[in-house]
Amino acid sequence: MTLGELRPGERARVLSIGTQGAMRQRILDMGITPKVEIQLIKVAPLGDPLDLSLRGYNLSLRRHDAALIEVEKL
Amino acid sequence: MSTIIALAGNPNSGKTTVFNALTGSRQHVGNWPGVTVDKKEGIYTKDTSLTVLDLPGTYSLNPFSAEEIITRTYIVEEKPACVIDVLDGTSLERNLYLALQILETGVPTVLAINMMDEVREKGESIDFKRLEAELGVAVVPLEARKGKGLDELMREVRHTISTNRRPKKLPLYTLSGSVDEDTLADRRYSFITSLVEQVVARSGKESGAVQENRSDKLDKILTHRVFALPVFALVMYVLFAATFSESFLFIPGLSSPGVALATLVEFLWGTFTEFIASGLLSLGAADWAYSLVVDGVLEGLGAIVGFLPLILVLYLLMSFLEDSGYMARVAFVMDRIFRRFGLSGRSFIPLLMGFGCSVPAIMATRTLDSEKDRRITTLLCGFMPCGAKLPIFIMFVSLFFAEGNKTVVLFFVYMLSLAVSILVSLVINRIAYKGQVSNFLMELPQYRLPTLRSVWIHGYEKVKGFVQKAGTVILAATILIWALSNFSLSSFTAEHRAEEGTILSAMDDSLLASVGKAIAPVFKPLGFGAWRPTVGIATGWVAKEMVVVTLAQLYSEDVSEEYLQEYFSSMDADELNELGFGEGVYDSDLAFGIYTESILMEGSDTNALSSIHADIPNKGAALAYMAFNLLCMPCFAAVGAMKRELKSWKRTTGAIAIQMGTAYVVALLINLLGSLVW
Repeated sequence: MTLGELRPGERARVLSIGTQGAMRQRILDMGITPKVEIQLIKVAPLGDPLDLSLRGYNLSLRRHDAALIEVEKL
Repeated sequence: MSTIIALAGNPNSGKTTVFNALTGSRQHVGNWPGVTVDKKEGIYTKDTSLTVLDLPGTYSLNPFSAEEIITRTYIVEEKPACVIDVLDGTSLERNLYLALQILETGVPTVLAINMMDEVREKGESIDFKRLEAELGVAVVPLEARKGKGLDELMREVRHTISTNRRPKKLPLYTLSGSVDEDTLADRRYSFITSLVEQVVARSGKESGAVQENRSDKLDKILTHRVFALPVFALVMYVLFAATFSESFLFIPGLSSPGVALATLVEFLWGTFTEFIASGLLSLGAADWAYSLVVDGVLEGLGAIVGFLPLILVLYLLMSFLEDSGYMARVAFVMDRIFRRFGLSGRSFIPLLMGFGCSVPAIMATRTLDSEKDRRITTLLCGFMPCGAKLPIFIMFVSLFFAEGNKTVVLFFVYMLSLAVSILVSLVINRIAYKGQVSNFLMELPQYRLPTLRSVWIHGYEKVKGFVQKAGTVILAATILIWALSNFSLSSFTAEHRAEEGTILSAMDDSLLASVGKAIAPVFKPLGFGAWRPTVGIATGWVAKEMVVVTLAQLYSEDVSEEYLQEYFSSMDADELNELGFGEGVYDSDLAFGIYTESILMEGSDTNALSSIHADIPNKGAALAYMAFNLLCMPCFAAVGAMKRELKSWKRTTGAIAIQMGTAYVVALLINLLGSLVW
């Protein structure tokens, strides 16, 4: 499954990142690397973007980008 | 030469607080060459031989954004004596990522772990000795908001410089010859994960479990599925109303802080102008000198001074929102809408402010994340129907549209401004930025109560920057328009002086009128190709409400003394008093000023300026004229702000050309459609 398919409150472990180019680097820089644990905290009122918790902080990511990140649910 | 210490760190790490605490008010804000990023320098208050340079806040040194390129280039090429990397102790893992990249460059570094009070509150403790041993650089705990730890930090900085202590080579990079950034990022984080496991101890609670703090609880309400939007609307209303509203918190007659301050400043400025004016008269100054000082210089300076309260109040509130962490939530909430136009949610605030005044709105674009968003939003701010454009619309609505249509027409103007903004944004995105999507990967920082000191410094810096960078543009342009509208080619001939007894010319005889006559045919296709409306557009650049005043001056036959006397004769003493005639007695000297300010701008006289109908023949042309004034170059004050944000005259004139072109095309379409309808 992908990060975009999580429901609020669910946790997952990152398997791989399908994004390419500058955005891939940025995603890695922000700490979304293979094996890291991520929790989906909530979704913005208009349905997008997502509010994620990882490495002790909160990160906002668009669904479109989250859909390219493969995860396994915990 | 003074020793330079560079301050680096993630956004929201408290880097700016550290900078303010170290340098006090001895700051100099400039900009990095070619980009819209601030370059702040200051002298360390306790040792003036040390200069502190505030690098842009970044999450990494990988060269993708202007901020990262600046930081990387500076550290690698300029080689500061020492880098202080400020880290947010509550999210040490992510903050250490930048720290590792800085250490990789081999530059002398001191790590300052900030927000230690919050770390303790979380029930965590950090083993600084261990961290220091693992990384080979000094590590200092910090509570920058309370000023705790700064002296120790600077002691370590001096020690690092004097002993030329450099970070040690970390094992993870020496594993193999060349590795790509991808693997490197993974390795850095693996290294950090094991490092954090060794140095961070969590007491009491089970390690790893995410526990809810005050910030999380607050966020549950502020970005709640149902409550988020109402709360958001309320915050935006307060932000807007506190700056611009004349009936603050819906209490009629209660001025908002912004308006109250602006009224006070205008009153003081008015008194000052009168003082100078009467002084000049009593000194027997020539009429051109009097006019230059009063209508040129003081008018121009007044335009600068008049904007200061709005900028100050708006900026105090904006930096409160920014520092508290709510601004990131604004972007979070609005992103979905603005993404469609190629922008991100953060553009919402500048554009909203544009409805009040373009000047603070344009300056607010500085808080946007990307250069592209900053440039496009600055351009769009000029399209917003600001408070000063309103009198133009109101006058034209009352002259050309029946009373019942008033609201519909005004609504049309607002919608037009939004539609044009969206369209222009989409087109620029497509053409200039090849449809490149704004990267949206944004930290949602912890909510923190901002310190008064930092909020004040932000507000003060903005006001100072506006005066320095935009002041000269506004003053020069105002004096230019003054000269054009008060002199003619024959002004300096002996005949003119003999005939008129002055070198000044009447407006309808002026150079501006001549230029207007030459340019007017350009506006023929828009329906208002006559010289008087053309001149009106030009004086609107001094201040948009000047369009109304100028038209009244130019159609002087419609505002004759007899007309005014007859118009006001229907009013009783109370009404006259309320309009500003002292003791309710009609005074022909005051009549013109009161008529333009209180009658024309409010749209109260539907029979006003009857000869304008010859120049602007129908409703379509009137709408086109309104649209042109709405969309064309904003006032000089806004142009000054644009120059400040866009950093170069080339980009500023480019933006103005787009605004002019857009205004022309839209007005043309309106006139064409109008001729079909009416």
